[in-house]
Amino acid sequence: MIDIVGTLRRSWQQLIAHIDFPLLFITLAIMGVGLATVNSATWDSSHRMLSQAGNMGIAMVVMWFVSRLPPQKLMSFAIPLYVAGVILLIAVFLFGIKVNGAKRWLSLGFTRIQPSEIMKIAMPLMLAWYFHKYEATLKLKHYIGAALLLLIPFALIAKQPDLGTALLVGAAGFYVIFFAGLPWKIIAGLVACGAAATPILWGMMHDYQRKRVLTLLDPTTDPLGAGYHIIQATIAIGSGGALGKGYLNGTQTHLEFIPEKHTDFIFAVYSEEWGLLGNALLLFLYTLLIGRGLIIASAAPTTFSRLLAGAITLGFFTYAFINMGMVSGILPVVGVPLPFMSYGGTALVTLFLGIGILMSIHTHRMLVKK
Amino acid sequence: MGNFTNPEADLDRFRFRLGFAAIFVLLAFGLLLGRFVWLQVIQHDFYQTRAEDNRIALIPIVPNRGVITDRNGVILAHNYSAFTLEITPSQTGKLDETIDALAEVIDIQPKDRKRFKRLLDEAKNFESIPIRTRLTDAEVAKFAAHRYRFPGVEVKARLFRQYPLGDIASHAIGYIGRITDRDLKWIEESEKQANYKGTDHIGKTGLEQHYEFELHGETGYEEVEIDAGGRALRSLKRIPPVSGNNLQLTLDIKLQEITEKAFGDRKGSLVAIEPSTGGILALVSTPTYDPNLFVDGITPENWKELNEHPSKPMINRAINGAYPPGSTFKPFMALAALEMGKRTPNQAISDPGYFNFGNHQFRDDKKGGHGMVDMYKSIVHSCDTYYYMLANDMGIDNIAKFMGSLGLGQRTGVDLGKDDSGESKGVLPSQEWKKQRFKKPEQQKWYAGETISIGIGQGYNAYTPIQLAQATATLANNGVMFRPHLVRHIADTKTGGQRLVEPQPIRDLQLKPANVDVIRRSMIGVNKEGTGARAFAGAPYEAAGKTGTAQVFSLKGAQYKEGAIKKELRDHALFIAYAPADNPKIALAVLVENGGFGAQSAAPIARMVIDYYLLGKLPAGAAAEDATAVEEERDE
Repeated sequence: MIDIVGTLRRSWQQLIAHIDFPLLFITLAIMGVGLATVNSATWDSSHRMLSQAGNMGIAMVVMWFVSRLPPQKLMSFAIPLYVAGVILLIAVFLFGIKVNGAKRWLSLGFTRIQPSEIMKIAMPLMLAWYFHKYEATLKLKHYIGAALLLLIPFALIAKQPDLGTALLVGAAGFYVIFFAGLPWKIIAGLVACGAAATPILWGMMHDYQRKRVLTLLDPTTDPLGAGYHIIQATIAIGSGGALGKGYLNGTQTHLEFIPEKHTDFIFAVYSEEWGLLGNALLLFLYTLLIGRGLIIASAAPTTFSRLLAGAITLGFFTYAFINMGMVSGILPVVGVPLPFMSYGGTALVTLFLGIGILMSIHTHRMLVKK
Repeated sequence: MGNFTNPEADLDRFRFRLGFAAIFVLLAFGLLLGRFVWLQVIQHDFYQTRAEDNRIALIPIVPNRGVITDRNGVILAHNYSAFTLEITPSQTGKLDETIDALAEVIDIQPKDRKRFKRLLDEAKNFESIPIRTRLTDAEVAKFAAHRYRFPGVEVKARLFRQYPLGDIASHAIGYIGRITDRDLKWIEESEKQANYKGTDHIGKTGLEQHYEFELHGETGYEEVEIDAGGRALRSLKRIPPVSGNNLQLTLDIKLQEITEKAFGDRKGSLVAIEPSTGGILALVSTPTYDPNLFVDGITPENWKELNEHPSKPMINRAINGAYPPGSTFKPFMALAALEMGKRTPNQAISDPGYFNFGNHQFRDDKKGGHGMVDMYKSIVHSCDTYYYMLANDMGIDNIAKFMGSLGLGQRTGVDLGKDDSGESKGVLPSQEWKKQRFKKPEQQKWYAGETISIGIGQGYNAYTPIQLAQATATLANNGVMFRPHLVRHIADTKTGGQRLVEPQPIRDLQLKPANVDVIRRSMIGVNKEGTGARAFAGAPYEAAGKTGTAQVFSLKGAQYKEGAIKKELRDHALFIAYAPADNPKIALAVLVENGGFGAQSAAPIARMVIDYYLLGKLPAGAAAEDATAVEEERDE
C-alpha cells in the first residue's frame, strides 16, 4: 500500500518535474480572465467559452510535452523547422489559397495550414542557434547573415500580405539579434534610418495603407468603413470608466458594436466591463509574465537558451502591446491577437509552445551545469 | 569585437540588455496605462455619452441605380420597386422554424431557402435578408394578416433592375448580378467598400460594368435607435442616398432593333459609328440574350442553355470576335500604297488571273483575270492580283505600320466591360508579331510568301468588327480618328450637370486629301457599278462601300461552291460602308458568320441600316407590320 502511494507520488513528481509553477500560475491567471471575457463576448450568439477551454487544454498538453525536451533537443529542431517554414512560405507564395485578398493558407487536402504561424517560433529558434554557433567568433558579417535569415521569411509573410504576423516574426528575430549584442551604434543608425525613411515609405504605400494611417489619426473621416472598428473600440474602453460596467453588462459588447469581439478586439470587451482597474490588473499580469520570462533568460546557462528565452519573452510583450495599442487607438489596426485572451486554437498552441520552451530552459539548467 | 570573447563579459552585457528590455517594457506598458487613464478617467464622460448615444445603429440606404437611355431618351435600363419578404435574423427566434411557419402562409420554394442561406452567411448585423422576392399584392395582403405571428419578418419595398427592351442591345448594355467574391475584390481595390454597404448587385458586363461607379450612386444611411435587444425603436437621422448618375447613349435603339431584326437568326455583328465623334449608333452581336435573366441570379438551367448553345449568344462578337477582313481590307491597302508612294491611282497592272511567287500560284477569283486594272478598278471589282502584287511591293512591316495607325489589331478602348481586357486585340501580322506568337525558331521567321495573301485580307489577319468600323469611320472622317464610345453624356445627379464623354480625336493620320478622295470615289464605284451595286440599287444618296468574304475553310485549289459545304464552314460575309459619301453621317462594318459572299448577305443589311438612319425608312418587313396595325385600328 505504502509503495503504491510512493509510486504515485514519484510518478506525479516525474510528471511535473519540468513545470515552472510561477510561469504556469501567471498564464493560468491571464487565461482565466480571458475565458471569462470570451464567455461575455460570445454570450449572445456563439457561446465559445467551452471550446476555448478545450483549446487551452490542448495547448497546455503541447506545453507540457515541450517543457520535457532538453534545450539541446530544441536546438536540433532549429534548422529543420526554419527550412521547412521557409519552404512552406514559398509554397504559399506559389500555390497558396486566397482568403479575403491575402494568400496566407496552404491547403493539404484535408485541412489548411498557415505556415507564417510556424515562423513565430522557428525564427527565434534559428537565430538563437546561429548566434550560439558563432558566439566565440562573432563579427559584423554574422549580424549581416542573421539579418538575411530574418528578412527572407519577413518579406515572404509581408508579401502575403500579412503585416501583423510579419511584424511579430520580424520582432522575434530582432530581439535575438539585440540580445546577442548588436552594437548600439547600429541600433541607433537603424532608428535614424527608420525615421528618415518615413516620408519615402509614405510615398511607397498603397492607398489603402495610407488610408489606414489617416483613419488612425482621425477615425471620424471614415465612420462606415475602417474607422468604425477604432471608434467603437475606443468608445467601449472610454465608457468603461474607472471601475467598468460590470461583467456581462457592457453595452458596446452586447449591442454588437464591437467588431471581432471574441478575437482581435477582445480587449475592448474586457476593458468595457472591468474598467481601468481591470486594465491595470491585466497589465500587471502581463508584466509578471514578462518579468518571469526575463528572469528565466537571465538564469539560462547557454547562449542559445538565453537568447531564445529573451526573444520569446519579449515576443509576448510585443503581442500584448500591439494588440492593446491598436484596440485603444494608438497603433494602426493589424491582425494581432491578445496573448492568452483572444479566442483561437492556433495562436494558443503557438503561445504555449513558447511557454513550454521557457519551462524547458529553466528546468533543465541544473542538468547542464552539472 | 575581439576574436575571442570573454564569457563573463558576455553574460554581463546580456544581463544589461535584459535590464534595458525590462525598462522598455515598463515604459511601453506605462504608455498604455496613460492611454487608459486618458480614455477611462479624463475622457470618460465624453465616451459615456457616446456609448449612450451608441444605442444607435447605422443602417445603410441603397441608392437608386442610374438609368440608361438611348440617344433619343428611350429607356434601356431602369429600376422598379417590388415587395420582398425579409427576415432580420437577430430579431427572430429559431430561423428554420420561422421559415417553416412562413411557408404555410407564403409560397417558399427550396431555391428561396437556398438563396436565403447563402445570403445569411454573407450578412452583417442588423441586416434584413430577403426570403422571397417579387411578392404579389395578394401575398402582401396575406402576410399582413399574419404579421403578428412573425416578429422580425417584414415586407419591404426594394428596387429591382429591369431591361424593358429585353434582348435588344444586350451586348452593349450588359447586366447586373449579385456581388461575388471577385466583385468584392474589385470594390476593395477601388476603395468603395463603405459605399457598397447594403448594396447587393453590381454591373457584370457591358455598360453596366464599365460605368458601375457612375451608375451606383452614394449610399445614404439612417441612424436608428435600438433597444438593448438590438431592435429598432425609432429613426433619429436620415442621410438620404444620392441616386446614381444617368447615362445617355449615342446608341439609337430603333436603329439597333432594326439591325438585329435584319440579322434574323444569322450569327454576326454590326458596328455603326458616327464618324465625326466616334459615337456608336448601333452595336449588334447576334444572337442576343435576355439580360433580365441575370438580375436576380440566373437559374442553373438558363445558364447552362446560354453557355452551351452552339451559336454562343454570350459572346459579344463586336468586340470579341476576330475575323479575317477579306476584301474589305483592300481600300485600306490602296490608301497605304498612295500614302507611301508605292502606287499612283492611274498606274495599271495586267491581271492574267493569277500571281506567281516562287513556285506558288496565288489565284484571282475571276478566271482569266480582269485585264488591265488600275486602282479604281481594283477596288470596284475587287481584283486580287492587284493586291497580291501590291502587298509584295510594300512588304509586311509597311502594311503593319499603316494598318496599326488605323487602329487595326489594337483594342479600341470602347466603354464596355470593367476595363479593356474584355476586348480582343485581333491580329495585326508583322515580323515582330510572328516572333512573339510562335516559340520554335523556324516558325518565328516571316516568309515573303506570307505577305501576299495579307494583301487581300486573308492569312494571319484577324480584326474585330469594332476595329473595322473604327477604321472605316476614320477613313470617312479624312483620317481624324476617334475612340468608339457608347455614352454620349453622363447626367450627374449630385450637381445636376451633364458631363460630356468628350469626342476628343485620338490622332490625325494627316492623310493627303487627294488620296482619300481616290479611295472615296472607288468605294462609291463599288456601290454603283461594282460588287455592292445590287444591294445599293436606287439609293437616293451616295454611299461608299466595300464587300468582303473571309475564308473559314481552305479549299486547297478547289472551286468554292456554297451549297456543297456545310453551313458552319461557309465563308464569312463582310461589308464596310459610309454615307453620305461627301459628308458621312454613319460608318459601319457588318459581318455575317458563314454568310457566304459579302455582296449577298452583308451588303443588304448595311443598306437597310443606312436607309433607316439617313432617310428614316423602315425595312419592308417592319413597314408591312405597321400597315396591318393601322388597318386593325380602323376595323375597331
